[in-house]
Amino acid sequence: MRNLKTSTLLFELSKPARRAATLPACDVPVERIDKLLPKDSLSERLPPLPEVSEPEVVRHFTNLSTLNMSVDTHFYPLGSCTMKYNSKRNERMAALPGIADLHPHQPDETIQGMLELLYELQQILGEISGLPAVSLQPAAGAHGELAALMVAAAYFRDKKLLRTKVLAPDSAHGTNPASAKMAGFEFVTVKSNAAGFVDMEDLQSKLDDQIAVFMITNPSTLGIFDKQVSQIAQLVHKMGGLIYLDGANMNAILGITRPGDFGADMMHYNPHKTFSGPHGGGGPGAGPICVTDILGPYLPAPVVEKVEDKFRLAYDRAQSIGRVRSFFGNVGVLVRAWCYIRTHGPEGLKAVAENAVLNANYLLSRVKHILPVPQGDRCMHEFVASAAAIKKKTSVSAMDLAKRLLDYGFHAPTVYFPLTVPEAMMIEPTETESKETMDAFAEILFRITEESPELLHEAPHSTIISRPDEVRAARQPMMRWKGDGNVR
Amino acid sequence: MKPEQLRYAETHEWVAVTDEGGRKVGTVGITAFAIEQLTDLVHMVLPKVGKAVEQGKEFGEVESVKAVSSLYSPVNGEVIAVNSDLPNRLETLGSDPYGEGWMIKVALAGDGGASKLMDHAAYQKQCAAEG
Repeated sequence: MRNLKTSTLLFELSKPARRAATLPACDVPVERIDKLLPKDSLSERLPPLPEVSEPEVVRHFTNLSTLNMSVDTHFYPLGSCTMKYNSKRNERMAALPGIADLHPHQPDETIQGMLELLYELQQILGEISGLPAVSLQPAAGAHGELAALMVAAAYFRDKKLLRTKVLAPDSAHGTNPASAKMAGFEFVTVKSNAAGFVDMEDLQSKLDDQIAVFMITNPSTLGIFDKQVSQIAQLVHKMGGLIYLDGANMNAILGITRPGDFGADMMHYNPHKTFSGPHGGGGPGAGPICVTDILGPYLPAPVVEKVEDKFRLAYDRAQSIGRVRSFFGNVGVLVRAWCYIRTHGPEGLKAVAENAVLNANYLLSRVKHILPVPQGDRCMHEFVASAAAIKKKTSVSAMDLAKRLLDYGFHAPTVYFPLTVPEAMMIEPTETESKETMDAFAEILFRITEESPELLHEAPHSTIISRPDEVRAARQPMMRWKGDGNVR
Repeated sequence: MKPEQLRYAETHEWVAVTDEGGRKVGTVGITAFAIEQLTDLVHMVLPKVGKAVEQGKEFGEVESVKAVSSLYSPVNGEVIAVNSDLPNRLETLGSDPYGEGWMIKVALAGDGGASKLMDHAAYQKQCAAEG
């Protein structure tokens, strides 16, 4: 049975003076705090922290954790997120004391093993991408985008070229325009056509000598490979611009083709997607970037260098944009990526991509009989189905279907993205799922479409919270406990 | 304002051009179709009076529970009035998109490019194709 106090806040459980630990009486002289600190550093009131026992705290968090849907408990076809299974082997390796207990201030000569691992990861990522200069520093994919655009800006400054615009198609991740603006560029949207490819006419009309970078996600967020990419790269390069590849969907092309070979000058990886690092949980991420040799000198410093048979952190890089992250980025997730890559090897990584694409195409072949897939019968690692027709007919939306899937023990697909497909449901099974799991998902999705609209509008019925008021949550967010019994 | 009397941009903004004391003024908002597509709105950013706007260029943004979308000016000119209370009562957009839901008034340069925009029939055709 579910503990009914699961959703009770620790503040509500609080009783005055209740403690998890009892300390012995103080055996050193006690000084009043206002004698030790200046008055303007002191608060007039104690912080309103909850006062609870240890079992209460443990039950609170353990019960909350059981409400979560995770890839360890559920099929998780959340398109664009590549929710593949996170191998426990990688966790075991990353937790080895010789790795987990290192301190970032240790001298280089005492961390040669770690530096060798990171150096090797730089080499491997360069090889997979076809872009040999690598920085492991960025802490997330979007951070990688920003760092790479800063590298591009430094390159253009160095060449004394005034370049103001970053272009990306309308199917791009929202991070692309955000990164462009943060890096100081004007952002221009390029249309995609009905098939989901870049509209070449629209691109041509927006290309001029102000273009700095064209950002492309290939395979795209629609799960299709834009075969025009080399032609696009030629056009952009002719105008003196650079191509950035948003590597979110690398899972589909590992070992099959390389961004550097189809015209990209810069890219990022999402190790938590492609290389099976754990997602979310507030944990640290990584967004390593790879660039051409020409752009290499501008990468963040330090990078790992090999001098004879020793490894060092190289800070002496005059053209570098400098540091983008404290220490050496989030090394833990990079270790997991290295483990994953070394476990699979080159042929294994190619098989990962092949199976990811095979699985997605199998699931597409089943789902298309339930919900139409506007971009056609073939996909890469994911596909986007549309609930527009069913909505018109029965008023059941993509959101209703997604919410109802939770009742049947499936995590929902990504909904309403990309924006170019109405009532979008973006489905990505990944290579780690079996045919039986995908069959079960398709059968449940079909069963749901036969259920009554009233039931679906109110779904989910089995979760502790059904439908949060998203509008009010966004307009009037309650961010903290105020200590007087209210959250504001 | 009646939807039939307005001009429309492909990006779902409408403009009503009126003559105010000898100068042409365009009142700008977004269409009921756009509001339905965006679903529930949570946030809006509008420009300040005095800002120069250009046809097809961003003049503000609107955020729904689904996504952030840019607002593109349907006309060229200078902003002379802003419906500055609108971001505080976004529900008005749903109930009266062509009246109380107006966003900015623009003093047009010439006709402000309004003649390049769609009329109501053409815009309806576009919506039917998109919807």
